[in-house]
Amino acid sequence: MNPATRSPLMWVVHLSVFLIVALWTLPTAGLLISSLRDKDQLAVSGWWTALSTSSQNIVVRAPGPDAQVERDGKFVISGNLLDGQAGQISAFGFNSREPTAFKVGETAELNDGEKLTVQADGNFEIVSDRKMEGSRGQRVFVTASSPPRFTFDNYVEVLSAEGIGRSFINSLTVAVPATIIPIMIAAFAAYALAWMPFPGRAILIAVVVGLLVVPLQMSLIPLLKLYNGVGAFFGVPAKTYVGIWLAHTGFGLPLAIYLLRNYMAGLPREIMESARVDGASDFDIFVKIILPLSFPALASFAIFQFLWTWNDLLVAIVFLGAGPDELVLTGRLVNLLGSRGGNWEILTASAFITIIVPLIVFFSLQRYLVRGLLAGSVKGG
Amino acid sequence: MFYQLAAAAGFMLAGVLGCAAYFWGTSFVLDLIFPSKGKSGAVASRNLRITNAIRPWLFLAPALFALATYLIYPVIMSLWYSFHDRAGQSFVGVSNYAWMVNDGEFRQSIYNNFLWLLVVPALATFFGLVIAALTDRIWWGNIAKTLIFMPMAISFVGAAVIWKFIYDFRPEGAEQIGLLNAIVVAFGGAPQAWITLPFWNNFFLMAILVWIQTGFAMVILSAALRGIPEETIEAAVIDGANGWQIFFKIMVPQIWGTIAVVWTTITILVLKVFDIVLAMTNGQWQSQVLANLMFDWMFRGGGDFGRGAAIAVVIMILVIPIMVWNIRNAAKEMKGH
Repeated sequence: MNPATRSPLMWVVHLSVFLIVALWTLPTAGLLISSLRDKDQLAVSGWWTALSTSSQNIVVRAPGPDAQVERDGKFVISGNLLDGQAGQISAFGFNSREPTAFKVGETAELNDGEKLTVQADGNFEIVSDRKMEGSRGQRVFVTASSPPRFTFDNYVEVLSAEGIGRSFINSLTVAVPATIIPIMIAAFAAYALAWMPFPGRAILIAVVVGLLVVPLQMSLIPLLKLYNGVGAFFGVPAKTYVGIWLAHTGFGLPLAIYLLRNYMAGLPREIMESARVDGASDFDIFVKIILPLSFPALASFAIFQFLWTWNDLLVAIVFLGAGPDELVLTGRLVNLLGSRGGNWEILTASAFITIIVPLIVFFSLQRYLVRGLLAGSVKGG
Repeated sequence: MFYQLAAAAGFMLAGVLGCAAYFWGTSFVLDLIFPSKGKSGAVASRNLRITNAIRPWLFLAPALFALATYLIYPVIMSLWYSFHDRAGQSFVGVSNYAWMVNDGEFRQSIYNNFLWLLVVPALATFFGLVIAALTDRIWWGNIAKTLIFMPMAISFVGAAVIWKFIYDFRPEGAEQIGLLNAIVVAFGGAPQAWITLPFWNNFFLMAILVWIQTGFAMVILSAALRGIPEETIEAAVIDGANGWQIFFKIMVPQIWGTIAVVWTTITILVLKVFDIVLAMTNGQWQSQVLANLMFDWMFRGGGDFGRGAAIAVVIMILVIPIMVWNIRNAAKEMKGH
């Protein structure tokens, strides 16, 4: 804005914004990159090395004596320790205390007189003068450097074996109706509060503003008891999708009414007055004029509510339950953090599936989200 | 699975159609009982007055019913339960509150919550303000803003996984796959299990919320900065003010109101923070906070509703000053209309 300070200072501005953006995006980028890496590589090297060759110590068991063949009077077991995958072996050993005792190409003398040779490409040979016995194959420790491997295996695994697929459907089941239902209820109420004069209107608006910040924690215990009571009375389960849809509707209403009322109150009075002169009723005015004009506000509330219900954990575990069939994505992810704490290939892939839908919504509808934020910045999540 | 989705779609349709039928039907019935069209002057104006008095309440009824059931009734009942025993049956006076004051875990939570309240709103608002000011001056500012705003769409649990990965710890000597420990080791330090360090782990958890909320602060403050009248800045430039002076003495004072809104909004969020602590530590290593403690007591040992409700009431009491402030602001704004 000040042309005099432009050139030298601008570089500082560009650089600092770049650093901040890097700081804000790298965590998510790390998650995405990690979720696509081979799980063995992910466990031994940081995601920032994903494109370089990684070196890892692995233990392989050679085929057992069943696989031996007689050649020139000697008994030989041969094969490839890397299973034919690309990679390079730099060292090997047969003892867990000295896993890198031998370089490739060298011959190791095993305890029982057998000779083990391992080549850089993973080919190996165990040669013995006598017929080898026993049922288990020789353990071989190798230091292998493998080229970067990217795969969708992690996603396939979490979607099928870890229940993420099921939870995805559950999240969708919760979020979509819980987004749509409050809109209509809130829109009528907002119109009444914005354009229909009646005694007590100011107090009602104040109540809505107050309810915006009521902590969810206050609602949990009484509602849980209420749901249990209703469930017992009608002989139906207390934890149902209908219950959670209505709960999200109730919790979302203050923001919905507040946002929509502010927006509708800003619409020009003349439109409504001329329609009224033409003989339109309040109902007609609302449906034919206000509702279409309020589309931007309706859209921003819908985005808020969708993000909030999709990302919610608390309401879902309290009112839907924590059983394997009813867990939503966030709940499933918390469970995985407990049970699969060290398996980053599972955690990163699951987390990415959890956040992908909100991210798509965010990037495609950001305009409405910003507008809604600016209109209703009293509530925070 | 298909059945579940079909049921959800069916309920959604029924809900929307039900609402439409209610609003249309009640309006129709009202006009039928008190017709104003085609009546003589006096009757028509009397009927019009009656319908105008009733119709707002027909429009409001479903919303008021939902608000009463899901917010107002529970607030009153939570207060009531906080004076009752674990099953919510017999009156126990203030003993839940007396227990609370003497409970080490509760005191820890209060202490941690105050740390959160001091740090998170301040940092998120500060970063938001600085980023808003910086990005407004560069041609790729909107791209930068989008990327910084993005964590806002990520769930707290998802963010917890993202950051737990950054804080991941491997014993000394092993290759670190957590970014933070890798940096520490690269500078010659010893790796740490960050989230198990008492006291400091609070700050590692707070970083997650700051990361999420900075984008929110930035968007609001950026709009406020753009709303500042050009003349005030031009006048300052003519008077020879430098960049810092313009920013802190001319621009920031003009957006104090917005800064306060951002600050209080994040404060409310901090008081309710639950998912992050549950997913990262579940309150272990002295990182407990009120909302997670409350959730814990709701289910611990079959659930103690008295203590859980008492903790919820404490959170509510902390929120009330901001609630009052919001209501007064809203009232002021409406008078201005």
